[in-house]
Amino acid sequence: MTGGGTPARLPRSRLRAADVLPLGLLGIRGRPARAALSGLGIAIGIACVVAVLGISASSQAGLLAQIDALGTNLLTVQPGKSLTGEAAHLPAEAPAMIARLPGVRATAHVGRVDGGVYRHDRMPAGNSGGIAILATSLSLLATLEVPVVSGSWLNAATERYPAVVLGATAARRLGVPEVRGSPRLFLAGQWFTVVGVLGPAVLDPGVDSAALVGVPVAVQRLGFDGLPTKIYERSAEQAVETVRERLPKVANPASPSEVEVSRPSDALVARAAAEAAYTGLFLGLGAVALLVGCVGIANVMVIGVLERRGEIGLRRALGATRAHVRRQFLTESVLLSVSGGTAGAVIGAVITVGYAATRNWAVVVPVDALAGGLLASLLAGALAGLYPAARAARMSPTEALRAG
Amino acid sequence: MIGPMATSTGATSGDAVLELRDVSRRYGELPVLRDVDLRIDRGELVAVVGRSGSGKTTLLQLMGTLDRPSGGTVHVDGRHTGRMRDAELAALRAYRIGFVFQQFFLTPTLSAVDNVASGLLYTGLPAARRRQRAVAALHRVGLSHRLRHRPGQLSGGECQRVAIARAVVGEPAVVLADEPTGNLDSRSGAAVLDLLRELNADGTTVVVITHDTALAAALPRRIGLRDGRIVADAGSHHPPEDRSPGWAGPTGVIR
Ligand SMILES: Nc1ncnc2c1ncn2[C@@H]1O[C@H](COP(=O)(O)OP(=O)(O)O)[C@@H](O)[C@H]1O
Ligand SMILES: [Mg+2]
Repeated sequence: MTGGGTPARLPRSRLRAADVLPLGLLGIRGRPARAALSGLGIAIGIACVVAVLGISASSQAGLLAQIDALGTNLLTVQPGKSLTGEAAHLPAEAPAMIARLPGVRATAHVGRVDGGVYRHDRMPAGNSGGIAILATSLSLLATLEVPVVSGSWLNAATERYPAVVLGATAARRLGVPEVRGSPRLFLAGQWFTVVGVLGPAVLDPGVDSAALVGVPVAVQRLGFDGLPTKIYERSAEQAVETVRERLPKVANPASPSEVEVSRPSDALVARAAAEAAYTGLFLGLGAVALLVGCVGIANVMVIGVLERRGEIGLRRALGATRAHVRRQFLTESVLLSVSGGTAGAVIGAVITVGYAATRNWAVVVPVDALAGGLLASLLAGALAGLYPAARAARMSPTEALRAG
Repeated sequence: MIGPMATSTGATSGDAVLELRDVSRRYGELPVLRDVDLRIDRGELVAVVGRSGSGKTTLLQLMGTLDRPSGGTVHVDGRHTGRMRDAELAALRAYRIGFVFQQFFLTPTLSAVDNVASGLLYTGLPAARRRQRAVAALHRVGLSHRLRHRPGQLSGGECQRVAIARAVVGEPAVVLADEPTGNLDSRSGAAVLDLLRELNADGTTVVVITHDTALAAALPRRIGLRDGRIVADAGSHHPPEDRSPGWAGPTGVIR
């Protein structure tokens, strides 16, 4: 051989991008059970976050769909308090006045009737089971869009007779789920026949716990004073605000300040928002689980690095730079975490679908939460791997080989 | 050719694969290697012998740039390693040095081919090319029939042959083997040494550490270490002038 001169420049050590992933998988393949356990914390955290967000999104979607179906153009008018603090009254002609307002499409009203509702006449007085007797206009059903689950709604004939229609809750409490057999109820000292049972009145839960009778029969037999205690009004959607402003004056020209106007759909929207806020707590729990999972992975990685000193020394002997060693262990940590996160996302989605199915909601799997969960697990893995990977990279090859 | 003592600095002569000049290694105050002057030429097969703790592994790690000397210079493949950064040393190991260890250091979840291919992992060669060359290397060490086997399915001797294939797959300038027979029974140990001899006959430069003097006796050149000093160099092309008298008997065995 001929010698002399400077030897040819060596290329750098190089780890192909395509080789990094298999390298990261190596340690996981070596100890699959440990890998699965270490990813569990992340999986639980992500499953928690995805399921909570998914269930809340599905429930919110359910509520919003309901609100959409029922409309947001319903306003209710109630007597408030007088300046002196006494209960105020609405004039008897208020419903008719409101119906004449421009933009108003439909009105209905109910009036409170004193007295209890019982299945028989021997119930002690004073225990009405929380069921109110309401004298109602015939237009209530259509205005509130309440479904009839049994029998029929009051009509021009039955509103004059001792006939009663039960709200959903009232029917359940009284044990009268249907009208078959013409069950009778003892209403404010009189026998009434149940002719109809309603489904839930989402826009006014007050109707659910009421026994509804016609205005004429209430005046005639139950001593109803004919004053409305609640007026319902539907207008064109774009007229809602102007109608709202004019309602107090029209309903009670004498003392408009004693009139309370509200929009029931606002309460539903607020409930949907409140549910979203409630999820914050569970999201916090999910974040804690994620953090604990992160610490778990870091722990397992540190042990792995110590156990694999020999391998680290070998890799340096094969030409790996410190950066290559760091990259290998960082990749392993991220893979552990992301596979845990993926499993968690799948579990969370399955829980969402299952829960929504039991509630008959449309399933909304929150794509943002899925993507966010995976991203969070990626970051958690990188964070968890930082220290172990640095430690592996810092190891001197001679020490690593002697320890291995 | 220039002897190792002829120059104190500057470039090495072209035939030297390894050249250590006045090399020492201390751990704190404790000297582990002292005054090591050594030159190994291309195509040599060298045994390093000595008792446990005499500094053999330390010497090999210095030759292999896994460690840096406390004093003196190490040239590998004509390059002055003292001036190289960590990443440059890694490249030197990736392309020019092959290692064999007593513990094999095979990955249990990988097949023989993939274990051997990992010898080229840090050269940036594509996976298919690495595997191709790994198959050829396994053929060279006589394991063509064990390509798909995992280390757990191989005997100790076969495992060490896989490790040797991994060391030579990149055609390094030198193969450094640290007690490659240490974990093997005497028969497979002898077979492994035969294999190293065959590879050497094909042109590979090999430095093999052993404390088995009988095995070492069969090798052309034997360097003896005691307490961190070279006390013998039998069969050297470059006999050092001032070794302790009477070091080289007919077999060159050091006690
Ligand atoms: N990292 C270290 N720190 C302190 N002493 C060490 C270290 N590494 C090796 N030694 C010492 O250096 C001496 C030589 O070790 P070594 O090269 O492994 O010898 P051999 O391979 O011949 O058995 C031993 O006494 C050993 O204890
Ligand atoms: Mg040793």
